[in-house]
Amino acid sequence: MNPKDLKYAKTHEWVRPEGENYLVGLTRFAVDQLTDITYIELPKVGSRVEPGEGMGEVESVKAVSDIYAPVGGEIVGVNDALASDASLVSRDPYGEGWLVRICPEKSGALDHLLSADEYAKQTEGN
Amino acid sequence: MENNQSTGLLFEIAKPGRRCHTLPPSGVPSATLDACFTRQAPPPLPEVAELDLVRHFTNLSARNMAIDCNFYPLGSCTMKYNPKRHERLVGLPGLATLHPLQPDQTTQGMLAILYETQAMLAEIAGLHACSLQPAAGAQGELSALLVAAAYFRHRGENRTRVLVPDSAHGTNPASAAIAGFDSVTIKSGEDGLVDLADLESKLDERTAVFMITNPNTLGLFDHQILEITLKVHDKGGLVYLDGANMNAILGITRPGDFGADMMHYNVHKTFTGPHGAGGPGSGPIAVRDMLEPFLPSPVVTRDPDGTFRLKHDRPLSIGRVRSFFGNVGVLVRGWLYLRTLGPDGVRQVSEQAVLNANYLLALLKDHIEVPKGKGCMHEFVASAKALRREKRVSAMDIAKRLLDKGYHSPTVYFPLVVAEALMIEPTETESQETLDQFAATLISVLGEDPAVLHESPHELSISRPDEVAATKQPVLRWKSA
Repeated sequence: MNPKDLKYAKTHEWVRPEGENYLVGLTRFAVDQLTDITYIELPKVGSRVEPGEGMGEVESVKAVSDIYAPVGGEIVGVNDALASDASLVSRDPYGEGWLVRICPEKSGALDHLLSADEYAKQTEGN
Repeated sequence: MENNQSTGLLFEIAKPGRRCHTLPPSGVPSATLDACFTRQAPPPLPEVAELDLVRHFTNLSARNMAIDCNFYPLGSCTMKYNPKRHERLVGLPGLATLHPLQPDQTTQGMLAILYETQAMLAEIAGLHACSLQPAAGAQGELSALLVAAAYFRHRGENRTRVLVPDSAHGTNPASAAIAGFDSVTIKSGEDGLVDLADLESKLDERTAVFMITNPNTLGLFDHQILEITLKVHDKGGLVYLDGANMNAILGITRPGDFGADMMHYNVHKTFTGPHGAGGPGSGPIAVRDMLEPFLPSPVVTRDPDGTFRLKHDRPLSIGRVRSFFGNVGVLVRGWLYLRTLGPDGVRQVSEQAVLNANYLLALLKDHIEVPKGKGCMHEFVASAKALRREKRVSAMDIAKRLLDKGYHSPTVYFPLVVAEALMIEPTETESQETLDQFAATLISVLGEDPAVLHESPHELSISRPDEVAATKQPVLRWKSA
């Protein structure tokens, strides 16, 4: 269920290399755990994020959770469609429900992330 | 039997000309007002007959779940029985008809009650002084953090951070932020207690306050508490005890004795005040002596001749945090409760609350996973994680089905450190029979067909409201068509 071509953070974000940038979103597992999503707060374009630090919040009918930056760098794109329809993340977490585009500080910044299989292992049993 | 009559909105059941009453002719001569003061049209009030009005409110009230009707194991909320006697006594004219602007000389009885309440709350806390003003627990937290900020400012120390465990109530980091601090999360260890290494790594000269809920939201008493408070004090920080769970330790241990410098009470929870549906609450704070000058004003003092006064002249005080003197009606109920039970009775409250929770835990733990469930204080947190994985049955499904069976739901999805959490707090006022019946019901619900659970509740006036729409497009006021 986790696309093989993506890399995953332990904190349930996925990363897809896209030219020089990385596209980031929430995993299907995270979205299922959150249940119905009501709001998503994302960083502004131009802001800098640190790997592993909170960069936004996702609010569901259950709770508010932090979204962590899987890689460090500059935010060069934000999915504006989520402001009016946060449920895009639930419907299509690996596609139209993407969150931000990050221009990484350094290349090879994905080495600390998990493969699809490793991530599946982390979330199995939950 | 369906009690649906007159349960539409009053505006919808209104008919022109209907009245609840007819007034006798007025003996007061009429006067003419300037046109600028008079309405051009009557106000759009609903016109309803008295019987329809009575049915409206009576039938709607019967749809509610309440401690007087249902077992209410809503974890962290301490939904214990509120003695009816308190309602009668707090309504006595000498208490209920006072005006807060009356001169102190004419309110000596009330001031004596509040003075004694301050003293009793300080004693139970093992701390020196108390302010009764905060209107509820979260405001108590904020007030205490403002006191801490004023204290450090007075000492010329620039401390910017408040440390909060990840199992804490969300109000802790929120209070820290509103008080102007940066909130830093401290991890829980495998055992559900504060991870000392993580605490140590984040504790430094920037730390103003470490906030701890003890027992914590998992219903576990953090036995490392002395070590924790020593470490915080070593760095010059203050320890705040979130008193949400005081019902577990009254008269057994005192926060001041285990190193807390400040704490709040939830009088409405721990010392009974009818609550739920948003209040009213009461969140007094108790503090160690060096923090006393900074407490909100006024406080109640007693002159050598026995006269009680509201003392306003306290130059270092953070000022007023609530109009007049806080939610006095709830405070009086708390005083009644403490005076009725006395020290031994208060201790027995906690012993019984802890016994009841452990009894229920023992009945349930072979039927639903309780992650830190070897034993507990006044509450415990079960997890529907396995059910969700195996049968797609969530904590929410179980909670909703319990409503069908006449039980208020446990707290769900809190604390966040437990997946599919069901937080169960029986309180001391429930009988063994009630606990047996609830356990049997919950066990039967766990074994039900998932399809039945997914669609529950089946027997209430509404089933599952659209929570996303309620959040995103709330309808907050009625408008005529």
